Amino acid sequence: MNPVQAAVTWLNDPLNWTNPGGVLDRLGEHLSMSALAVLLGCLVAWPVGLWLGHSGRGGGLVLLVSNVTLAIPTLALLTILPLTFLGFGRASVVVALAVFAVPPLLANAYTGVRQADPEARDAARGMGLSGGQVLRRVELPLAVPYLAAGFRTAAVQVVATAALASFVNGGGLGQIIRAGFGLDIAAGGGQIIAGGVLVAGLAMLVEGVLAVVERMVTPRPLRRARRRANRRAAAATAGG
Amino acid sequence: MFLHLSYRAAPGNPWFSWQYVRDNSDSILAALREHTWLTARAVVIAALVALPLAVAAYWFRSLAASILALTGVLYTIPSLALFAFLAPYLGIGAATVLTVVALYALLVIVRNTLAGLNQVPPEVREAAEGMGYGRWGRLFRIELPLALPGILTGVRLATVSTVALVTVGVVVGRGGLGQLIFAGFQNNFYKAQIMTGTVLCVLLALVLDLILAGVGRLLTPWLRGRIS
Repeated sequence: MNPVQAAVTWLNDPLNWTNPGGVLDRLGEHLSMSALAVLLGCLVAWPVGLWLGHSGRGGGLVLLVSNVTLAIPTLALLTILPLTFLGFGRASVVVALAVFAVPPLLANAYTGVRQADPEARDAARGMGLSGGQVLRRVELPLAVPYLAAGFRTAAVQVVATAALASFVNGGGLGQIIRAGFGLDIAAGGGQIIAGGVLVAGLAMLVEGVLAVVERMVTPRPLRRARRRANRRAAAATAGG
Repeated sequence: MFLHLSYRAAPGNPWFSWQYVRDNSDSILAALREHTWLTARAVVIAALVALPLAVAAYWFRSLAASILALTGVLYTIPSLALFAFLAPYLGIGAATVLTVVALYALLVIVRNTLAGLNQVPPEVREAAEGMGYGRWGRLFRIELPLALPGILTGVRLATVSTVALVTVGVVVGRGGLGQLIFAGFQNNFYKAQIMTGTVLCVLLALVLDLILAGVGRLLTPWLRGRIS
């Protein structure tokens, strides 16, 4: 039986889905840790990015963060963090994933505020709005397409990276692939490919759903800016 | 309290230890060598495939959309899934790691090369045409040199992310420095080994990036002194 047939057979076995540690369990783990990681990333990156963009400083810092995180292997963070005060378990995995969500979120929040029309900013100033009010009422709404694009990039990246949590037994769909490799290639080939299909399918599904969400949250006049933001976001990330 | 402090002063599992580095220099160097070699091969292969692809996408607009869409989809596929798809066919070993990391590097280089080519000003293109350059002459004498900054950015990004990505190769037992990190984790959480592997990984990415930046400076003398 070739590996693809074996994969189809594996996916068609209901017990592989419903058993403890089956697909459904792993999917739940995968989604919950990804969601927590993206949430944590947003909580850290958005305020910092918006503030840096508003004050016009820190462009170098944004670049530095994205360059440094590009060079740090996911495996290294996943193995180092459990040995720090975070301890073994979910917290360290979520923090490790959140680190990789930060660069796209930060860069897009920063660019989103920076690209806001200077005339709109001046007009708001002229109307007597304070710095914080300008940020909240003018720059933030204008940055929404960029924030949404960054969110999508970050979420897809985290869902993809979460598969690696299986290296430290952190759960998630990657665990199915790892277990397949544990079986040796002849016996586990089907399970390995099935796991790959699930992981890749989930990443694409998240990408697709968030593309729709992104379109919905972007007001119509800003849709051109959204497309520009998407191209930037795609160019600013690499590695999974 | 005192006991606790003394334990912290001389911990049995430090984050870094020269002792470890000295005692294991052979295996550390072997891992470093494998990592560098995998990265170099992957980036070279990726660049050799990516450049013609980018030129094809540049010449034929209809191809550009499909090439970009395909690279976009491939990019969404998590690395572990790509390993899962290829390992049953390519086997457990270096070939699988090389293919996976080269594929990701390919995407980065294609995109940046295409962006670089598209940035060639239309006036320049028309002037070249007016001077009687054919399609190939224009490509090699005008367009590719002008796209060099974009190509180099692509190669640098691809190299740095490849260094990080090779570590995922532990899943097929060929992760270079990732092997060191992973073994350290499995052998009673040996912090010194994990940290040595990580630091070497980041340093390798940094050094390769600096080398490529230097090569880029040599290749584009006309950009020197200009603020990019």
